[in-house]
Amino acid sequence: MTDTSSLQYTAEHEWVLVDGSVATVGITAYAAEKLGDVVFVELPGVGSTVASGTVVGEIESTKSVGELFAPVNGTVTETNDAVVDSPELVNSDPFGAGWLIKVEFETLPTLLSFAEYSALIGE
Amino acid sequence: MTTADSSTPDSTDSRNSERFSPLHQAHVDAGASFTDFAGWQMPVRYSSDLAEHHAVRNAAGLFDLSHMAEILVEGTDAAAYLDYALAGQLSGVELWQAKYSLLLAENGGIIDDLVVYRLDGSKFLIVANAGNRFAAFDALLARAEDFDVSVVDQSDDYALIAVQGPNALAILRATSGITDVGTDLLLMKYYRITDAFFRGQPLLVARTGYTGEDGFELYLAADHARELWDALTSAGAEMGLVPAGLASRDTLRLEAGMPLYGHELTLNTFPAQAGLGRVVNLKKENNFVGRAASAAGPEAGASVLVGLIAAGKRAGRADYKIFRSVDAENADGIITSGALSPTLGYPIAMAYVTPDLSRLGTEVYVDVRGTRIPATVTSLPFYKRVK
Repeated sequence: MTDTSSLQYTAEHEWVLVDGSVATVGITAYAAEKLGDVVFVELPGVGSTVASGTVVGEIESTKSVGELFAPVNGTVTETNDAVVDSPELVNSDPFGAGWLIKVEFETLPTLLSFAEYSALIGE
Repeated sequence: MTTADSSTPDSTDSRNSERFSPLHQAHVDAGASFTDFAGWQMPVRYSSDLAEHHAVRNAAGLFDLSHMAEILVEGTDAAAYLDYALAGQLSGVELWQAKYSLLLAENGGIIDDLVVYRLDGSKFLIVANAGNRFAAFDALLARAEDFDVSVVDQSDDYALIAVQGPNALAILRATSGITDVGTDLLLMKYYRITDAFFRGQPLLVARTGYTGEDGFELYLAADHARELWDALTSAGAEMGLVPAGLASRDTLRLEAGMPLYGHELTLNTFPAQAGLGRVVNLKKENNFVGRAASAAGPEAGASVLVGLIAAGKRAGRADYKIFRSVDAENADGIITSGALSPTLGYPIAMAYVTPDLSRLGTEVYVDVRGTRIPATVTSLPFYKRVK
């Protein structure tokens, strides 16, 4: 069970787990709930360079399409193959097995704290 | 992450302020998420769109459709009036029979699509879309002027609950409190209706639906809706019945190739374009609103509704453009509804395309957010239940 209070967040409803110079990125339970059942996930290629705030992937549910934004500048070091094969992991375990990408960064931008994100979604 | 919902029609009629179903508390109790549908706060899902979809295909789903409009037409001229007001020949509908029909504008466009039930020689119940409640009622009322008929909007009095899926019949038969059923449900055919009682309250039981499965739609007074909902829920508990939201209803009807007003049908759509030419009865002798325009038909080259299927998992969605080749500059069509089919596992869509692209098997391209994905024109429906 991931301790969601230790994660950082973005206003695009993504969470970021920082471990040294690598950020693991996923979407929040709130975002997964709003999307409904996720049926397709498209992620950037390993090794690709991503820029903070740009669209790097897509998360589709039966009802709608969500965009995945890079929360940091950096290089994609790993993507979650399990979630590509089983997109429902985004719904069943958004903060754990439903993680999406890992990005190696040089500078971490200012992100939202758990309290700030909780306030954003009104919880 | 941002999301864009592509499938909620709305109505701009000022009479559509925020409304709640008589079953709202039942949905809250069941943990539903809500969406705005034509001014109504309705359940979009209870747990999972996909689980609810599969439950309807494999067992049964329970839907609250109380937002839909019920309009009662009664009087000695009722049948003749409907022959004039609607595109079909309603005078030919037998007692306790249902008929799908269209309310046309003078120019041949579609104001609404409806189901009409004959409850008596001179009494019909019309069920209209929630978003078109006032447009449909206003048009129906205006057309009644020269007939001895009353047209009454009873939408606020009725609740509508649907039980859909292969177990629907067994669930209804096991529900306590449903008595005095006019037609034995075992013998009742599709597109028929019968009267009954639920704990002393008048109940109408129609074998109709919008999912592509066998099922029933139940009409009763709004203040008894919760009792019936709970009785159905407990009768269905051992038969796989789950409450199902509007998200699953949309994918179910799409698989079944059923049009949704605001998507496949609009004021600017001729029935013939939507494959509904058979619903407009040009053989009936009387005049009806939209007759001249329907007889003339849509202009040459008008787009026609087709089904599209594609490989992979990326679905074309409403408003995505269709191209005849991978590099064609101008679009030759547009998707009106689309999703990754939960039952079939591949993308399906309904789309309007130019007539030369409408032949079965034609290869086209869908622009899915900047990438052109090949798709094949196919016949509707995408899914047909095994009877």
